[in-house]
Amino acid sequence: MKRSSWTDYQKEVADDNYYYARSCIRQNFFPGSEKVFLDILSKDLGRNIFDDPLHTSCTGIGYHSDVVPLETIMTVVARQFALMNEAGYENFTSSCITSFGIYTELLATWEEFPETEERTRENLYKATGREFKKPKNLAHTSDVIFHHREEIARKAKRKLINAYTGEPLKVVEHIGCHYAKIFPKKGVGGSEFPYVLAGMVESWGGEIVDYPERRHCCGFGFRNYLVQANRGYSIANSHKKLESMAPYKPDFIVCNCPGCSMFLDKWQYTIAEMDGTTYGQNGTGIPVLTYEEMAGLVLGYDPWELGMQMHQVNVEPLLDKMGVEYDPAAKYLGRNGKFIGRPEQALVNSCAEESIYKTSRRR
Amino acid sequence: MINFGFSINRPRTIDIDRNNLRKSNEIIREMPELQACIGCGSCTATCTAGNLTEFNFRKVHTLVRRGEYQGAYEEMNKCMLCGKCRLVCPRGINTRGIVMLIKRKLGDF
Amino acid sequence: MKHVIVIGGGVAGMQCASELLRQGLAVTIIEKEQDLGGKVRNWHKLFPTFTPADEVLSAMRHRLKISNNLKIRTGCQATTITANSVTLCSGEELKCDATVIATGFTLFDAQIKEEYGYGIYDNVITSAELEQMFNENNVHLAHGGTPKRIAILHCVGSRDEKVCQRHCSKVCCVTGVKQAIELKKLFPAADVFNFYMDIRMFGPGYEEMYREAQTAYNVHFVRGRISEVSPTFNSQLQIKAEDTLTGRPLKMSVDMLVLLIGMKSNEHNITLRNECNLLAQPSGFMQPQDSFIGNVTSNVDGIFYAGTITAPKNVGESINEGTAAARAVIEWLNKH
Repeated sequence: MKRSSWTDYQKEVADDNYYYARSCIRQNFFPGSEKVFLDILSKDLGRNIFDDPLHTSCTGIGYHSDVVPLETIMTVVARQFALMNEAGYENFTSSCITSFGIYTELLATWEEFPETEERTRENLYKATGREFKKPKNLAHTSDVIFHHREEIARKAKRKLINAYTGEPLKVVEHIGCHYAKIFPKKGVGGSEFPYVLAGMVESWGGEIVDYPERRHCCGFGFRNYLVQANRGYSIANSHKKLESMAPYKPDFIVCNCPGCSMFLDKWQYTIAEMDGTTYGQNGTGIPVLTYEEMAGLVLGYDPWELGMQMHQVNVEPLLDKMGVEYDPAAKYLGRNGKFIGRPEQALVNSCAEESIYKTSRRR
Repeated sequence: MINFGFSINRPRTIDIDRNNLRKSNEIIREMPELQACIGCGSCTATCTAGNLTEFNFRKVHTLVRRGEYQGAYEEMNKCMLCGKCRLVCPRGINTRGIVMLIKRKLGDF
Repeated sequence: MKHVIVIGGGVAGMQCASELLRQGLAVTIIEKEQDLGGKVRNWHKLFPTFTPADEVLSAMRHRLKISNNLKIRTGCQATTITANSVTLCSGEELKCDATVIATGFTLFDAQIKEEYGYGIYDNVITSAELEQMFNENNVHLAHGGTPKRIAILHCVGSRDEKVCQRHCSKVCCVTGVKQAIELKKLFPAADVFNFYMDIRMFGPGYEEMYREAQTAYNVHFVRGRISEVSPTFNSQLQIKAEDTLTGRPLKMSVDMLVLLIGMKSNEHNITLRNECNLLAQPSGFMQPQDSFIGNVTSNVDGIFYAGTITAPKNVGESINEGTAAARAVIEWLNKH
């Protein structure tokens, strides 16, 4: 894909010393991703990153569902910044796209309407006795991985390549609306042709699929999903994307936003159970990865250590394709070998034995 | 099949690729003047049926031209053929003729 | 003999120069390109009569040839301008008794409207490139073959505050209709869809041509602006818009998308404003002294305007302004 415009949207990303803010959805549904992000930064890349137990949710889910007012979320965000100052950091990096959108939006609001910043400072002081300085650098955690992508490529143990054919894996990237649709200049590559995930995929040997509904929202939409009666059109968005990408036979989907990772993964289960449709190549679903998991696989991490057993759509077909060695028996073993439970069989993971990638290759 | 308490919404999009434009092309070929509609809405403003029902002549024939035939015949049945729309049309479209043509062509949809 | 410098050798500048020469004045035309003719040089046929652009230009060139009092400096650009002098890029300063600015406009860079994928997807082309293809009698898809379905998008870089172009470029609507007819003449079996926000047929014969496009050529007009373009599995382009007259979203795949790019004010107008004391409008186009009786005079004594330097105009209007500016110059010189 010709992508001339992404270089116009470059952003400065700090090289070291990050204050880390977790994501509500990611730490609940993809806890391994946050763990491995910290490991990659500190162990593989030798960077300093601080995971602060004192910080809270940014309250973005409540904000976007009309239960948390603007003044409240501004004060919560100000507190996160104050905690960052107290820990001695200047570079803020958030794991969640919605949080990233909110931090970006509030910093811009304070810039445009200084009286709102003043009021926030007052509120924070009254509530907690804290004061804050704004971060010197604000980045989403995918920006940080993007920033270090070449170093990761140099340390790669595996590439995004089909181990049997040597062909690059075909990857669908999904960015998440709040990453760059609100402030296109704050996202690598802008909003129409974002490059943050594409850059990683290209550096690590994969190939990006540009399909008709690439820019379409996954359909999460907070309040739209939260009300059961509205889920029909929430799921219809993922459905539209999956229908549109299926002809390209992608090997996996990689998501930027915790919400999108969750919905593109779990809606595949729902669609399969509702109307029997699956979108993968062997009759199962298309595996959905977070970029941390993708980076982790490239760096040679064990898939179960990455938390990939938490996915609704089984990742084994992808692991087989990439030639990743794994222990099937260890999939549902947690810490200290404790059994964590096994999900029930689902249509999205059902396929004929002979269509399993590894088996069919061996023949 | 599991009942989740909701179903997948069907797209509202007019999908020109998926629609079969054969009937629409036939209609335009027979009365090319229909393409001259500029969407002014005079016809609906003055329409006997449109003032009392949901009938919207302009919208229905535009949908038909895009290959959306579902319900067009039933809609056109609401027309009382009073002819006021033809008097007001600034593009001189034979609107009654269009109503009859669409009914003739799309009775099956 | 009084000497007038005309900056810009497009149709307005050429017409102004020939009128001044006819009245016995000495004229220097300064043109940044190697040839006179401006933007019309790259156009195939002119609306609404389908007159070859070449025909108009050669008639205008012919008029200019008759005089010995004409100097043409091509390949050089003017920087600062006063009533009595023009400084060129080289630093050279030319003296004169009055100046006419006829530097025209800049075509909007379609890459700025990223969502249309110009420069990224093959077969997304601009109206100017289509004219070039008409000129070469070679309208084709990027990888060969002829288009079966074509979309033409109006208002690209016009009436759009997202790209700081709030004004209407005026001529794109009628160009879109003209190009739709030309495409239908070339490919009678192809479907042509024009996506528009408003259709503004302001000139004589334009409305008639619009109607002809609809009824005689079966060009489809959809009132709605395309929101995004993406590639399809079989290498076509998927476009999305709202069919606002039915109130529903619409999508389709097309083989070719033509972007009707608008007229943007020149970067150089900023220099005119900052260094030459000339007034500009919020659109960036220069501000004539009066919109009714002073269309070709500037706010600076002895500096005049002709053509699209003050606003988007069609070829005929630009040529008329060339004449009007020449008359205004002569009237002013006679008083001084």
